[in-house]
Amino acid sequence: MKNYKHYLIALLGSTVLFSCGNQNGKSSSNGALNSSNAEKVYVAPGEHDEFYAFMSGGYSGNVTVYGLPSGRMFKEIPVFSQFPTSGYGYSEETKPMLNTSFGFVPWDDAHHPDISQTNGELDGRWLFINGNNTPRIARINLSTFETEEIIEVPNSAGNHSSSFITENTEYVVAGTRFAVPVPQRDIPIKEYKGNFKGALSFISVDPTSGHMAIKFQILMPGFNYDLSHPGRGKSHGWFFFTTYNTEEANSLLEVNASQNDKDFIAAINWKKIEEYVNNGGGTKMPTNYAHNVYNEESHTGTTTMVKEVLTVDPTKIPGAVYFLPTPKSPHGCDVDPTGNYIIGNGKLSADLTVHSFDNMIAAIEGKKFDGEAYGIPILKFEDVLGGTVKSGGLGPLHTEFDDKGNAYTTFFISSEVVKWKLGTWEVIDRKPTFYSVGHLMIPGGNSRKPFGKYVVAMNKITKDRYLPTGPEMEHSAQLYDITGEKMELIYDFPTHGEPHYAAGIPAEILAPKSQKIYRLADNKNKYATLTSADARVERIGKEVHIYMTTIRSHFTPDNIEGVKVGDKVYFHITNHEQDFDVPHGFSIIGQNTSELLIMPGQTKTSVWEPKQVGVWPFYCTDFCSALHQEMQGYVRVSPADSNIELSWSLGE
Amino acid sequence: MKKASILMIIGSLFLLGLFVFPLWNIMLGAPQYPEPLGMNIHIDGIKGFNEFDIQNIDGLNHYIGMKTIPKPEEMWEFSTFPLVIAAMVFLGVLIGVLGYFKKVSYKWFLGWFVFMSVLGVLGMYDFNAWMTDYGTNLDPHAIMKIANPDGTPMTYKPPLFGNAKMLNFDVTSLPDTGAWLMFIGMSLTVIAFFVGKKSAKSIS
Repeated sequence: MKNYKHYLIALLGSTVLFSCGNQNGKSSSNGALNSSNAEKVYVAPGEHDEFYAFMSGGYSGNVTVYGLPSGRMFKEIPVFSQFPTSGYGYSEETKPMLNTSFGFVPWDDAHHPDISQTNGELDGRWLFINGNNTPRIARINLSTFETEEIIEVPNSAGNHSSSFITENTEYVVAGTRFAVPVPQRDIPIKEYKGNFKGALSFISVDPTSGHMAIKFQILMPGFNYDLSHPGRGKSHGWFFFTTYNTEEANSLLEVNASQNDKDFIAAINWKKIEEYVNNGGGTKMPTNYAHNVYNEESHTGTTTMVKEVLTVDPTKIPGAVYFLPTPKSPHGCDVDPTGNYIIGNGKLSADLTVHSFDNMIAAIEGKKFDGEAYGIPILKFEDVLGGTVKSGGLGPLHTEFDDKGNAYTTFFISSEVVKWKLGTWEVIDRKPTFYSVGHLMIPGGNSRKPFGKYVVAMNKITKDRYLPTGPEMEHSAQLYDITGEKMELIYDFPTHGEPHYAAGIPAEILAPKSQKIYRLADNKNKYATLTSADARVERIGKEVHIYMTTIRSHFTPDNIEGVKVGDKVYFHITNHEQDFDVPHGFSIIGQNTSELLIMPGQTKTSVWEPKQVGVWPFYCTDFCSALHQEMQGYVRVSPADSNIELSWSLGE
Repeated sequence: MKKASILMIIGSLFLLGLFVFPLWNIMLGAPQYPEPLGMNIHIDGIKGFNEFDIQNIDGLNHYIGMKTIPKPEEMWEFSTFPLVIAAMVFLGVLIGVLGYFKKVSYKWFLGWFVFMSVLGVLGMYDFNAWMTDYGTNLDPHAIMKIANPDGTPMTYKPPLFGNAKMLNFDVTSLPDTGAWLMFIGMSLTVIAFFVGKKSAKSIS
């Protein structure tokens, strides 16, 4: 209680301080300051932003792409959620992307995007993101900005300490937040202790294709593995996970999982475990999970069910795993650009605990253990501690880094970003956020080479920041200029869904390789129609396959007869445009699915099951040209017992 | 005369550039085409400035009823021009070599230049005639039939040289690398003539 009084005083103190300056970004009294801030975020019409920011959509299940510093949203990339805008998850080609061992799951909770790296620096090839609810990891191609692969993670639940990559993209790592029985079985919940496990999955990434495969799963004690980050530089080869609920409570966790003064950061020597499994170590366990791959040439996703996973008992590999005691249910687990400091953001605390990798290695070599948990050695807190940041804030969640040896930590409860110095642990600056910041992001801020120009604070609470839109609002984000000693709040913009982290990258790395069209000549879709002369309609029993092409501004064919009630009609539509930004859309009346948006050179398939006799129109849903309104056609639907032959035409 | 003959040979060889580089270039920019569409006119056919430009220009032109851009086999010019250029290169080199060995006089150099100029003018005339047909001989069923303020149907002949505004497009038509190489080469043959003349005078 005494401590909390302290914080209150500190908070009051900072409120007084803040009220002196123009810190809330609302006042327009200080004209000169505001106009220079305006210049900092102003990207003139036709000009481009300096950075891409990929923000997770949280419960939208998708990723949104923003420009920094303008805060303009460029795109929503569908990942784990059906997306009627483009037909993702509705078209026959993309439905397989959402397959899981639980069947078709059309939604997820997308959390932590991470951009692929080479030698610890952003290489901009792929973006990885985790689905939290039905554990999955997705890979997005950063030249097409499309989801290319989704792999389900078995033995996991609440896939939260994910999807962080090692510094050469050797692995994308997925840790379970909820411990579960492994393998799943029917047991009383009260038998949690000892029976529930926390699986940490190391998913290898093929350096050429990017294809993912679960290399091994470490079956850890049944704690909650909250967040993680890779070692880098000298700590490359290690991975660090924060844990909470080391109490192993199974009910009323807000109390029962907050009893231990210290939880752990688990330090995993994955290189050692990799060597162990490469030499035949580990146990193959029967399981069932989906691996969905989207082929860029056939524009088609396929699902493979995998029946086996390699599990590793960490106690069988001496020196592979250690626990670093870390105060107060740490949330974010962040590693500085040098790889020496591992920051545990103890969310129920005021202070930040910073472990030193060098100290950790020395403690391991000196065998300075403080007991063990389930056979895993616990290192002595004092021996691994690198320093403590006396922040004066409350509820630290996440830390990012600039390129000048500074760290920036978000404080949820005191609603602020605090800048502090690595090594001296002194607080340099603090700025309020609006309100209750969760994550923050500096482009490259979790790599060896951050681009320390801006920090984006992603807030959980919006309230009065924008014009009111009823009870439900988008979340707010704030942009701070961090080029000076003090941070400066320069912009405020709403974000879509609930961003639970973001990944930023200089535009000059991505923009030049962004693809403009798909080459029609390279289209390997099974149902592609590469010349309009091949456009046709075929019947296979009750299935009618319409091979259709689009070009400004008509469908080929656009008059189709011979379809009957009870048929299952597949529209396989190939967009023959080879011009940048000329998609065509497709929809037909009474369709029990979404429209399609077909990019130049692409083929997509939509299913229509006509239920009523009549002549039914279809049309292009994307304003493609001056004659877009004319881009339409009819399908004649006859009674089920009619004997009208299939026929099709254009311009007759 | 040796120097002049060598200049004559080099000048003629410059025409070989036409087998690699485009003779002419036409670019079409519009509000929707911040990166303009373009065509490169080579002696053996018309190619897009970017891979799909021809397809996209044809796609746009169909609105106003223009014919598609001809493929090499659809115009006799694209099989004849390479032969003519090859023959002129051969002829120029031959004249140069004969000049070197003093078998022909420097006046032949000018003769070659004049002949080449006549051919060039004929080529330009033919090119212009094609563009006139292409821009005015429109499909009567065109989607968009636009009239000039005086009521006559609008035509879409690209300029032979320079800029023109056509509907939403800014069209720029200019000689390209192949043509510039040809101009340099032809200039060299004129210089060869004068150098040859000078050396002939100094001998006499």
